Amino acid sequence: MFETFYPILFLVLFATFLAFMLVAFSIILGRRTSLGKKFQAYECGITPEGSTKDPVPIKFFQVAILFLLFDIEVIFLYPWAIVSRQLGWFGFIEMLVFIVILLVGYFYVLGRGALKWD
Amino acid sequence: MIDFSSVADNFNVIYPELALLIGAFAVLLLGTVKRFAGLCTSVAGLTALIALWLAVDQFGTQQSGFFGMVTCDAFGSAFKIIFIAIAIVTMLIAHRFMIVKQIARPEFYALVLISTFGMIVMANTTDMIVMFLGLEIMSVPLYVLAGFARRSLQSNEAGIKYFVMGAFASAFLLMGIAFVFGASATTDLRRIVADFSYIIYHSGLYMYVGIALILVGFGFKIGMVPFHAWVPDVYQGAPTPVTAFFSAGPKAAGFAVLLRLFMFGFEGVAELSSIFWVLAVLTMTAGNVLALLQDNIKRMLAYSSIAHAGYILIAFAVGGEDALSAAIFYSIAYAIFNLGAFAVVVLLETRSGCRSDFSELAGLSKASPYLCAVLALFVFALTGFPPTIGFFGKFYLFSTAVKAGFIWLAVIGVLNSFVSVYYYLRVLKVSYFDRVEQPALSVSYTPAITLVLLITAAGTLGFGLFPQKLLEFAQSAVFAFL
Repeated sequence: MFETFYPILFLVLFATFLAFMLVAFSIILGRRTSLGKKFQAYECGITPEGSTKDPVPIKFFQVAILFLLFDIEVIFLYPWAIVSRQLGWFGFIEMLVFIVILLVGYFYVLGRGALKWD
Repeated sequence: MIDFSSVADNFNVIYPELALLIGAFAVLLLGTVKRFAGLCTSVAGLTALIALWLAVDQFGTQQSGFFGMVTCDAFGSAFKIIFIAIAIVTMLIAHRFMIVKQIARPEFYALVLISTFGMIVMANTTDMIVMFLGLEIMSVPLYVLAGFARRSLQSNEAGIKYFVMGAFASAFLLMGIAFVFGASATTDLRRIVADFSYIIYHSGLYMYVGIALILVGFGFKIGMVPFHAWVPDVYQGAPTPVTAFFSAGPKAAGFAVLLRLFMFGFEGVAELSSIFWVLAVLTMTAGNVLALLQDNIKRMLAYSSIAHAGYILIAFAVGGEDALSAAIFYSIAYAIFNLGAFAVVVLLETRSGCRSDFSELAGLSKASPYLCAVLALFVFALTGFPPTIGFFGKFYLFSTAVKAGFIWLAVIGVLNSFVSVYYYLRVLKVSYFDRVEQPALSVSYTPAITLVLLITAAGTLGFGLFPQKLLEFAQSAVFAFL
């Protein structure tokens, strides 16, 4: 039974080995500087600007999380669509319930003004 | 021709749940319209009452639906009634408090209703995935409720802490379910029970790991030692009515699921008895000893709730029908007198500038003698003095332990009750005998909270004098379950 897992074991060992080797090589071969650019935040090569501690408007978060919610809703529609014929009216009504639940959430969000941007 | 009977057959299993959910949605939508926002409280109360009526109507029937994912047996429907009753009491306690603390928002009622819905889902299934789903539906509103006082740092801390710990616990639980599924190829407890010896024989190790992880996951939820560290901070930081809800509802729900899992699903694991023996002793001792050191009533009640969880864990160590009904009895009893005690704390906290420290109780017996008398009753029930319901709850638990030969467990339980006398009676000592310079602020009653105090006091004393009816209720819940 365990034979089938040998490739995974090998992969784990190899990954560990590789990680150790990479760290070890950079310690042995790398030059050591403790000045200037080393203390800057790494931003994919672009010079960072401003402070990371600046507050970001919560609206970004709200829109993102709401998008996620309704995105997931759509994802759930796919497996249902595949078996909808077998499930019949029961499945249809179940799905309606699901959509209505999220629709209530949508109207709540709309009513509370979470999607207003100003 | 459309056949709707299959739909109706499934949905009539969950009528009370549907009522709660529709009520919660109505509250949410009404709350967004200024003109109707005032209606929210009454709508929430009304739907909870309708749900309670539907649940009582359902009690005693044996139904199953949604391809066996939802099972409404006597055990589940008994807990439906308990959860909805707790939600109603919570809303009654909360109404005035929320207005005084300026955190009255309609979402509170919607969240309580949705959380109750989740508890019912948890208790009314034999499928572990649905249990997990119910747990999450219950927990997510609770995280929000813990942080409901947005301007209060303590409340925010409680919300975050509860969320992080809850998510952590959920991960354990899900991992456990995955292991059990890996071992048994099913998430349905009934099938696990049917094939139990086969599963243990072929993949026992994975099964044991899974069961252990599930125990850890739910251990967090019921505040079992050593997974109790979040309880005091969350209980103290959350708005007091929410704390009342925490200590009654989710706790009862956690125990309902644990009872179903460990006294039905994994009953065949003989080692569990000794594990629960240790956990029960640890939980009640740690809860009681740490409660001795507290100067805040809410914090004291938090540790006391850990201790009471420990008493209920005795039933798991003992096992069997009697222990099960004793555990259900104790859960109900604890919900009644603990909600009562919290109602008093809420009432005291609506006075200006009160943070429910022990010292604020001084002079209470002069300022509001009736409230103080009621508080005394709840404190006696928490301690376990006759003729309150607390005495019978403990009596049934300990006597089933003795009958099954767990004499030391019962002795430790009784000794723990003696320890608890000290910190419970300190409440009375401060409120009756401590000298005060200036007279205590008087409290202002509202009809809602007076009703709660009357009901819980009547329950504490009434079932304490005549526990037969409640015991029969607990036993009938067990009857169809095993």
